[in-house]
Amino acid sequence: MPHFDVEKIRADFPMLAALEGGKPLVYLDNAATTHKPWAVINRIRDFDSKEYATVRRGSYRLGERATDMFEQTRKKVQKFINAADPREIIFTSGATQSINLAAYSFGKKFIGAGDEIVVTHMEHHANFVPWQLLCQEKGAVLRIAPITDSGEIIMEEFAKLLGPKTKLVAVTMCSNVLGTVNPVKAICKMAHDAGAKALVDGAQSTPHMAIDVRDIDCDFYAFSGHKMYGPSGTGVLYGKYELLDALPPYVSGGDMINAVSIEKTTFSKPPIRFEAGTPAISQVIGLGAAVDYLAGIGMDNIAAYEHELLEYGTKALSAVPGLNIIGTAPHKGAIISFTMDAAHPHDIVTIIDHEGVCVRGGHHCAQPLMARYGVPATARASLAFYNTKPEIDQLVKALHKVLEVFA
Amino acid sequence: MSYQNELYQQVILDHNKNPRNFREIGDTAHSCNGHNPLCGDKINIYLKIAPGDVIEDVSFTGSGCAISKASASLMTTFLKGKTLAEAKVVFEEFHKMVLGDLDPATQQHHLGKLTIFQGVREFSSRIKCASLAWHTLICAIDKTGETTME
Ligand SMILES: Cc1ncc(COP(=O)(O)O)c(C=O)c1O
Repeated sequence: MPHFDVEKIRADFPMLAALEGGKPLVYLDNAATTHKPWAVINRIRDFDSKEYATVRRGSYRLGERATDMFEQTRKKVQKFINAADPREIIFTSGATQSINLAAYSFGKKFIGAGDEIVVTHMEHHANFVPWQLLCQEKGAVLRIAPITDSGEIIMEEFAKLLGPKTKLVAVTMCSNVLGTVNPVKAICKMAHDAGAKALVDGAQSTPHMAIDVRDIDCDFYAFSGHKMYGPSGTGVLYGKYELLDALPPYVSGGDMINAVSIEKTTFSKPPIRFEAGTPAISQVIGLGAAVDYLAGIGMDNIAAYEHELLEYGTKALSAVPGLNIIGTAPHKGAIISFTMDAAHPHDIVTIIDHEGVCVRGGHHCAQPLMARYGVPATARASLAFYNTKPEIDQLVKALHKVLEVFA
Repeated sequence: MSYQNELYQQVILDHNKNPRNFREIGDTAHSCNGHNPLCGDKINIYLKIAPGDVIEDVSFTGSGCAISKASASLMTTFLKGKTLAEAKVVFEEFHKMVLGDLDPATQQHHLGKLTIFQGVREFSSRIKCASLAWHTLICAIDKTGETTME
């Protein structure tokens, strides 16, 4: 592996130089949201101060240029996840909205009473509740694929859930709690063999590994901009074009229409059909800068460095007395959830926060998963390529402080 | 401000480790399950009320962080023998104190040893931990049921 110059990268992120209570900020909550490089911050400032106008409306040149840049971003995202066509990229406000869009539009057209939707026990509520609600509304059945103690989908059990009634499989590519990277390519193949479509929740995978939606062969792929060093309020739903073209709109109003008369409205083609109203213009432009930034570093380099951090962190945390790591699958992203015998996650988080280390404690919007492990909550350190081994040492030192307080 | 002086004081750590009145009261109409959805804390309060609206017995079960457990434990030891009217006054005062709207050092109050929780006001994400037991108490006084911290 070529040398990964993390100090050079850290200089790109102004927030990483911030102090928290007089101590250097050790930010280990990247699964929740990530900080932004100057490239993103500056791009938005430049756009807002020199190039801003509405998109897809004006016929004046300023608006045309803004529209061009907006559509260029769509192409950047297309390339970034290796989609076949830019029209397969729908801009949303985040992974949550992406999945809700898919659930609403796909559900409206293709889900009826008695149909089945399969999810897994490790889904984020964003990839769980929309399907639960859809099933309740349509009289469909939600099936949950079980997981092992180490945090892997039990593939034989998953296979048994698939059948002629299965219409959709929705699965996360990387668990936001366990870190498990799921075999989504195999899962999509199994779904297709059963005649079902497959949605992959890419919120935790897109920022950390190279994504090829054509290789995965998913029908939908959802992710958030703010977890990949881009602006909050942005997200993407990828969908295969033919499928998107068969779906009714989710939100209706301006922009997504072809023609409106008093009697009826006909809708635009994808992706515009699914982008009613004025989008988050500057933020989408900023997302384009984040994609460029990540592509410049190289997702494979990022994944390799983060894997090194994961191994280092797993070893270091395992050595803390009474600490239990939850999620020990062989194939993991750089997320380490844990509990401590000595202290509740909420207390862990408060104490290490005051030692300058940000981790999240709670149920991580995955209550079915917490129930599966019989814990009310976990603490979670989620790493990014701007984190360092000394920061992990800092975390370990802070955890020893927890042991001291609760001795 | 330090979390050890303000939040994790010895008395609180002790009540967390050895919670008092940590049990159910079976034969009572007054109980409530309190829940803080943000952190998953669950505190169940049981109350036995004697004639004259006197709290004859009060206990709790559940799981939660050190602050919510210690708060529930200290609350139960504080309330035994008090009237419901007194309990409601202390609930109001406790609530104000953890929000920083009542300063026990300069204002009148009936909080006694419960002032140990005043440091919580400096830790905004922990205020609900301290007040969960109290909200659940009010629910148990009024009826049997469930209450969720919003
Ligand atoms: C796996 C997973 N899916 C979906 C989401 C929802 O993302 P957002 O809140 O950006 O819509 C998250 C965010 O935590 C997540 O981790």
